[in-house]
Amino acid sequence: MREISGCGHIGIFDQSGKLYDGELVMRAIAAMHERGNGLGGGFAVYGCYPEYRDYYAFHLIFDDEHVRKEAESFLEEKFFIEYAEPIPVEQSKRLYTEKSSGINPEEERPEIVPPLLWRYFAKTQKSDSEKHISDDDYVVSMVMHINEKIDGAYVISSGKNMGVFKGVGYAEDLAEFFKIADYRGYAWVGHTRFPTNTPGWWGGAHPFTLLDWAVTHNGEISSYGINKRHLEMFGYKCTLMTDTEVMTYILDLLIRRHKLPIEIALKAVAPPFWKNIDRMPDEERELIKALRMVYGSLMVNGPFAIIFAWSRGMVGINDRIKLRPMVAGVKGERVFISSEESAIREICPEPDRVWNPRAGQPVIAELKEEPEYAVSRK
Amino acid sequence: MPFPGNKSLIQPKFRQVINKELCRRCKRCILSCGFGALKFENGVVGIAEKCVACHRCVNVCPEGAITIQFSELSYRPHSYWRPDIIEELYCQAETGGVVLASMGNEREFRSYFDHIVIDACQVTNPSIDPLREPMELRTFIGRKPDKIEVEKTHDNHYKLKTKLPRNVVLDTPIIFGGMSLGSISLQAQKALAMAAQRCGILMNSGEGGLHKELHPYAEHIIVQCASGRFGVNREYLERSAMIEIKIGQGAKPGIGGHLPGEKVTAPISETRMIPIGTDALSPAPHHDIYSIEDLRQLIFSLKEATRYEKPVCVKISAVHNVAAIASGITRAGADAIYIDGFRGGTGAAPKTVRDNVGIPIELALAAVDDQLRREGIRNQVSLIAAGGIRTAGDMIKAIGLGADAVAICTAALIALGCHMCQQCHTGNCSWGIATQRPELTRRLDPEWGAERLVNLVNAWSYELKEVLGLLGVNAVESFRGNRERLRGVGLNEVELRILGIKHAGE
Amino acid sequence: MSQVEQKPKENQQEKVVIDACHTYYKQLNDKVHFVVNNGASIVELRNVNGQRYIANAVKKKVTIYIYGTPGNNLASFMDGAEVYVFGNAQEQVANTMNGGKVVIYGNASDVVGYGMRGGKVFIRGDVGYRVGIHMKEYKHQIPAIVVGGTTGDFLGEYMAGGILLILGLNCNDPEQLVGDWTGTGMHGGMIITRRFPIPEHKLGREPVQVELNESDKRKIEQLVREFSNDFELNAEEILKAPFYKYIPLTHRPYGNLYAPQP
Repeated sequence: MREISGCGHIGIFDQSGKLYDGELVMRAIAAMHERGNGLGGGFAVYGCYPEYRDYYAFHLIFDDEHVRKEAESFLEEKFFIEYAEPIPVEQSKRLYTEKSSGINPEEERPEIVPPLLWRYFAKTQKSDSEKHISDDDYVVSMVMHINEKIDGAYVISSGKNMGVFKGVGYAEDLAEFFKIADYRGYAWVGHTRFPTNTPGWWGGAHPFTLLDWAVTHNGEISSYGINKRHLEMFGYKCTLMTDTEVMTYILDLLIRRHKLPIEIALKAVAPPFWKNIDRMPDEERELIKALRMVYGSLMVNGPFAIIFAWSRGMVGINDRIKLRPMVAGVKGERVFISSEESAIREICPEPDRVWNPRAGQPVIAELKEEPEYAVSRK
Repeated sequence: MPFPGNKSLIQPKFRQVINKELCRRCKRCILSCGFGALKFENGVVGIAEKCVACHRCVNVCPEGAITIQFSELSYRPHSYWRPDIIEELYCQAETGGVVLASMGNEREFRSYFDHIVIDACQVTNPSIDPLREPMELRTFIGRKPDKIEVEKTHDNHYKLKTKLPRNVVLDTPIIFGGMSLGSISLQAQKALAMAAQRCGILMNSGEGGLHKELHPYAEHIIVQCASGRFGVNREYLERSAMIEIKIGQGAKPGIGGHLPGEKVTAPISETRMIPIGTDALSPAPHHDIYSIEDLRQLIFSLKEATRYEKPVCVKISAVHNVAAIASGITRAGADAIYIDGFRGGTGAAPKTVRDNVGIPIELALAAVDDQLRREGIRNQVSLIAAGGIRTAGDMIKAIGLGADAVAICTAALIALGCHMCQQCHTGNCSWGIATQRPELTRRLDPEWGAERLVNLVNAWSYELKEVLGLLGVNAVESFRGNRERLRGVGLNEVELRILGIKHAGE
Repeated sequence: MSQVEQKPKENQQEKVVIDACHTYYKQLNDKVHFVVNNGASIVELRNVNGQRYIANAVKKKVTIYIYGTPGNNLASFMDGAEVYVFGNAQEQVANTMNGGKVVIYGNASDVVGYGMRGGKVFIRGDVGYRVGIHMKEYKHQIPAIVVGGTTGDFLGEYMAGGILLILGLNCNDPEQLVGDWTGTGMHGGMIITRRFPIPEHKLGREPVQVELNESDKRKIEQLVREFSNDFELNAEEILKAPFYKYIPLTHRPYGNLYAPQP
């Protein structure tokens, strides 16, 4: 069955590369508690593993020890693993969330019941016949293999110097469970989920990732069926049946593989209406017309607001007729993208500017300076 | 001129046959026809192209002199290009319009109700005599907690500690579904409200406010909040037994309503709070619901507005993903879900939508009940099944498949005299039901109508008791969702799997 | 945690201050309804951030001051109260509002005044998408929304009554004053823009521009004066600019769309 879910999300990006801990994202997501239903939440952080910044950081979940052994023997064959450990967790104490206007003190919240959670820092180990494949493409095919072929194992994230922590529960409880406040990064994404499908699977939460892409999504993609079929022609396997998975692959295809500039790729995803295309100057019109003709099957139709991040930037965008909310804010070099203004104000009471971006117009944050990590490089 | 006088190519469907010998020229038939299909020219003459076979003239003729027959004009047979398709094309070529139709999907899709049979006790367990033994039909619509807690009082008794969410009670698991003032007449709405009160059940105002003549029945009325928000204010919400958010309707999933200006007469203008003669547009969607968490917001906005005193029901059409949608609605905080199957009726819908969109209620209901049970949240919400419940048999099977209650609309209108001529969209209903013309609506005496509706509900309730008795249970909740007591006949494996029933003989 | 600092007495004109900091909306609104029902005539809410449904269905003639960012559905179903927001508002302000007044000193997001049937909403800054959607009027109940800044797409969609007045106070570009598809599906009421007419390509199919009559001018002046008074602006300056009026071509935009089944 197709998954449908609503949600709330927040992205925080420091363009100066300054590092800060996860308490901010955690408080912001708690303020939007009402947008989730306790069946999913998650966080992505960039800049959190500086000591392993040249290694792919794999976060995996396993149903049991047997599956872990199976997946690990596959990883060992395909990668050189520098370091592996269980992801540190502790049962949520709900220290931060007790004091949020977003949370009903009378509501009972479920305990977090995790699967096995592990992380691996690894470099590719290609065979001779695989030498021509780029590292990224190699990692993508290995991720697809694990997700599709190893039953009970699932890759939560696979980028460098970034990680995703997600699962089943309220987002703010998961934040404490994963000890999000202990990590530091220059970019954070938080998501609280309102799924309408069978609960219980940690892989189904957001952010959804591939390499260093992390995508969170609010809404439902009515064009899902054709987006999926088009992506399948390019080798993507949409195993999760979620809108967000499709969104991630569309961005990977357009930006990484087809090398479209981000602004242009987004015009394919949320293109202008023909009425307005017809009024454009010649050059622009020909470009947009071509985008619609070639990538018509990748147009994302239906209500959506997405936040996607990668190691150099973060973008928020919503659909062509603005069926989902999106608010942006700026304070100095720090950019905020959120479902609700109150979440931004929760962590930044006096932003320089807060605005509601118009439909289809992206908010783009990009790294201007390199982050300065406190640890020495390995 | 291709055709003399631009005459329509559409042929009459019916013709009135008038027995000149029996007719005593009283002209009652002419006066009674809402469609102007009879005239007087040296005797009563039928205007065939205007006749819709509503049978009002047949009914009023004191001599039994009128009968209605199919027009004899035949097309050369073609199994694919049928006469109805040819004429639909003529109609669009002549008007350039979207073809409008009324009542439910008319196509010959399989009716699953007709392929389900019910178990009975024989020897190994006793059936119960429903006439002389107790037989309980009382049904509660609303959210139920997973468990209750009790506490000891100072005098060592136990008392209930858990505060149960607000539920509404039905004396029998039947509801009159949403039919707005506009789609039907005030007289018809009054008959429904009076009957609901007498039967201890509920009627639904439909979209467009609650006319003041219905205010005395408020405790038996579900008020609707649809996308146009017509007539919706705080008093309206408070004057109700339950509030229903209308997302969709079985006859026209995904599209909204449109009451044409000519039907916006004085009573409707007053109730909808819009000027006389303006179109009342309530297109899908609700513009404060574009996603599931927005539905939660409207549900709680309504609960806040009524200080948590009224249960909130969400009405959706049965569509492909209905199970996932229902799960989301439950988690969004709804107290009840009204699922309307594709046989559901309408006062007006584009024919293409009515006949081609949506799924059968039997499959939708089974899928929703299953999904909510898998997720362990079925108790949190009541399910009301609707959209093609014709008889007590259909109602009973729907309950067996998992419905807490059924809602009926077309069947109720038929009780009020509807002859299924399917011309509601014209507003000419000769029976005074689906019209706002005062000379027609006054034909329907609410008291007469209420009595017939009470009879219908009582008869169905008795039939339900009969079946519960033969199943050997004496409370409807023992049969609700008890699919073990249903079997399929002539259904394939996929159909049986979705319905969650075995084939007869298994 | 929050607390009611002053206890209201029965039937007495009183100001009550409530600190909303870290209070969930249900508890906050319980308090607001409690003090309003017990005779408070002014309620001041401090440290509001994201709480939904504030002033929802409040019928009493009470004035509510909100400091912070109120959550979605502010003043929905409201019927008579006055609400002043010293900050921005989120989505669905004045949803299905029946009467009263909402004054927002900052911006408001999408879907302001959905199905609004009476009262006034004044917004000093900009508004988002679908403002005034399904707005309707009935007899003496004629709702009005006045926007100081600019609007997003689908302004006045399905509008059936009332007045939408878009002032564009800091707007120097006619393309930025209103969004696309303005007045689409409109079949009643009027949209009035200040300074610039709506470019043809931004209008929906239904609205047409017509001359202002004397009654319109009086109505505009009245609204602008009240608006200027609330926000301490110079009404004379605002009224100097030209105004443009849009009404639907017909009350029956879809009269010819349908044909009865043969």
